[in-house]
Amino acid sequence: MKYWVSVAVLFLLSVALALAPTNDYFFYAAFVVLQFVVLSTAWNILGGYAGYVNFGTGAFFAIGAYSAVVLFKWLGAPLAVQMVAGAAVSGLLGFSVGLLTLRLRGIFFAIATVAVTFVLETVMINWRYVGGATGLQLVRPAVIEPFDTYTRMLFVVMALLALIAISVARYVQDSWIGRGLRAIRDSEEAAECSGVPTLKLKLFACTISGALMGAAGAAMPMYLAFIEPASTFSLNYSVSALAMPMIGGTAHWIGPVIGALILATIQQVVTVTISNEINVLVVGVLLVAFVVGAPDGVLGLFKRWLRSSK
Amino acid sequence: MIFSLDLLTEALLFGVLLGCFYAAVSIGLSVSFGLLDVPHVAHPAVMVLGSYCTYLLASQGLDPIVAGVVLMPAFFVLGILIYRFYYESFEKRGTDAGVRGLAFFFGVAFIIEIGLILAFGVDQRSVSAAYIGSSWALGEYRIPYRMLVAFGVALVLTFGLTVYLSKTFTGRAIKAVAQDEPALRLMGANPVRIKQWAFGIATGVSALAGAMLIIVNPVEPALDRLYIGRTFCVVVLAGLGSMTGTLAAGLILGIAESIVLMFLGASWAPAVAFGLLLIALGVRPQGLFGR
Repeated sequence: MKYWVSVAVLFLLSVALALAPTNDYFFYAAFVVLQFVVLSTAWNILGGYAGYVNFGTGAFFAIGAYSAVVLFKWLGAPLAVQMVAGAAVSGLLGFSVGLLTLRLRGIFFAIATVAVTFVLETVMINWRYVGGATGLQLVRPAVIEPFDTYTRMLFVVMALLALIAISVARYVQDSWIGRGLRAIRDSEEAAECSGVPTLKLKLFACTISGALMGAAGAAMPMYLAFIEPASTFSLNYSVSALAMPMIGGTAHWIGPVIGALILATIQQVVTVTISNEINVLVVGVLLVAFVVGAPDGVLGLFKRWLRSSK
Repeated sequence: MIFSLDLLTEALLFGVLLGCFYAAVSIGLSVSFGLLDVPHVAHPAVMVLGSYCTYLLASQGLDPIVAGVVLMPAFFVLGILIYRFYYESFEKRGTDAGVRGLAFFFGVAFIIEIGLILAFGVDQRSVSAAYIGSSWALGEYRIPYRMLVAFGVALVLTFGLTVYLSKTFTGRAIKAVAQDEPALRLMGANPVRIKQWAFGIATGVSALAGAMLIIVNPVEPALDRLYIGRTFCVVVLAGLGSMTGTLAAGLILGIAESIVLMFLGASWAPAVAFGLLLIALGVRPQGLFGR
């Protein structure tokens, strides 16, 4: 109950913020931070709970974005339809990637997801309809009342999506699904032998994780009013979506949220104040530092601190 | 493009040369990932680092191949350090080494890439030598000398490593570690030291592979992303740790890529390695010459 009240409060807060006369740049940056909250939460459902490392966040994100672009160009579909469609197509992609887990584990699964990213990127580069390698300029439709600018509206939409993603992750974690996924992570054979429906659970985790990433990606073309394959499929999304849960802590749904808020905020600040390259370097260095020095992330550090102060 | 026998022969010829080159850039990974089971996603990044070191030495007037050879000992030490660090942080602790080890190497790859961008910028870099830029006319076909050089070095590397792994004492020990580590420990050998040595060799070889990379094509810091597909495709297709398999798989990839390049165009080429990798993983994960 307390959880749902805070979700409602957070959502209303985001709407109130968007209606307040703040600097528009805040929403421009906050949108990206929230987008990473969604990506990292979605990554953690498969990577953190089930232990399957997905390096292909960029693929799911971009397929969501391209689904939105196709619908927008073809039918002029509104944002909500674009996002639902992006989620559906990426969920389908997640399902097919999930089928790969039948045979592949560990690094093989991870490398396969990288391969999926590059194959799909090549397809999009060669698809003229969506702009090919040069990309496609999009004209945003008129903003919906009561928001002043499109960015403000997107900020609220992404806040809502982030809250949905977190709620889904929380539900998965606390239900039998999460227990099953953790059993898979610890020992897939043992889980299978104890009657855990491993394939069904893995497929579920892949689909949900992919769908959430796709929904986040579907908002991107409208945010930029532009789409282009190289940056949309970028491995930078993959490394960020992997680094954030690792930094925050993968065991609990709040971990990826903490990681995303910390890392994405640093990234936004660094991109503005120093450079775009340094921001990827920050991700890499923090990722390595945390997996080596604090394997359970910020959450683990916090727990250790609680225990020692007792 | 019109399909013709002439073009096909040219594509095949170029594919064989390219294939040997791909085998050479993958052979380090074939040892580190194929034999030692280290999830070395940073292998292509280390190789590109080798290319840039070659570039630095070559700009001092050194021949790129010689530069690559000179760099080998330094990279050997680098490899030992990387493995040592990986072992202490992940393998020794045991639990969950998979996810975190992977994340670690992924992070290392990005750090190398961004380090190179900060040091050299995003522009392409290339080296010059007598054999770069000119080509050898064989009948009606023109074969660039740089491809021939890469072809030669690739053969030497593959052959050398095959002999080393099957004929020398340390080489056999490396193979033994890959086969059965606990047994080796029972025989009184220290598997960690052997693995460390093998990882050093794999990284040392990457320096020469990096030199060839910059000889064959100009390099840029983000090139490692593309080579994740090529190197892992070759190693997986080869069957983990098989040296002759690496050569065969390299040839398959090289020919496939050169045919696609010739008949479909350059924009489809990156998908070949990754597509072939996906097929290999989905259909035959143990590879063609799997152990």
